[in-house]
Amino acid sequence: MDRNQSRRQVAAMKQCLFDQDDANPNFVEEIVTLHYRDSSRLISSIEQALKERNLDFNKLDTLMHQFKGSSSSIGAKKVKAECNLFREYCREGNAEGCTRSFQQLKKEHGALRKKLEAYFQLARQAGPHETACRSK
Amino acid sequence: MGIASEAPFHVLAVDDSLIDRMLIERLLKTSSFHVTAVDSGSKALKLLGLIEDEQRNEEPPSISLEAHQDIEVNLIITDYCMPEMTGYDLLRKIKESRSLKDIPVVIMSSENVPSRINRCLENGADEFFLKPVQLSDVNKLRPHLLKSKVKDEEHRKINNKTRELTEIHSPR
Repeated sequence: MDRNQSRRQVAAMKQCLFDQDDANPNFVEEIVTLHYRDSSRLISSIEQALKERNLDFNKLDTLMHQFKGSSSSIGAKKVKAECNLFREYCREGNAEGCTRSFQQLKKEHGALRKKLEAYFQLARQAGPHETACRSK
Repeated sequence: MGIASEAPFHVLAVDDSLIDRMLIERLLKTSSFHVTAVDSGSKALKLLGLIEDEQRNEEPPSISLEAHQDIEVNLIITDYCMPEMTGYDLLRKIKESRSLKDIPVVIMSSENVPSRINRCLENGADEFFLKPVQLSDVNKLRPHLLKSKVKDEEHRKINNKTRELTEIHSPR
């Protein structure tokens, strides 16, 4: 892949992935890294909680609330939608629904992570010059 | 005296989430605001110098402006859902404080709950932003700040005048 193609790709991914601020390209990566660190921890906690015999829906809802907050802050729409679904199931006390939607949520979360990782890798390859250019 | 300050507006951001603090700080700085970010309502109140009433009663009955305001804050932007003290609780405390009630307060939330939004607005919040907060939201802050600035300057003039008069009548 030549440089120009990389740059175009990076610009395109940027447009569809987030509202860009080019002053500090590392800012976005920093935020995303933090998010995945936090959210991975939350996913583990939720997974644990879902294994319990009698589900504590309040606890699940609280954990999901945090997870949702962080996901929505980075603009992860699909993940956020799954979070809302999960919380609905919590409110209904629907264990099966929770488990199902959690599986879906993990899928979305993982898929987005891959996309973002690919983006950052590409951005690094394309070089700092690209990320410093405004493309609006 | 009373020279209009060229210093940027100072915004106090309150959010228990690190990511959200980083994001809002970034948005605010991009808009040329000076920012202080704290992770709880109680830290915010401490910063604002809001001390409980008991201590106030010991003050001599002179005319005192902001009794204990250590730093000047022009706007407070706070998350709604926070442990211990919610953004709503913080809003109420600020609006109940003589010294702080005129500072514009903005509430943020990732949840779109109309009753919540209305309650905040009815209780003195100047704006309610849905997360993720955008630059376009932050641009809405300036009018509130400018309006406050005018009010502040009026107050300053009145207080300076009053102080002048007080000193004339009770020389040290």
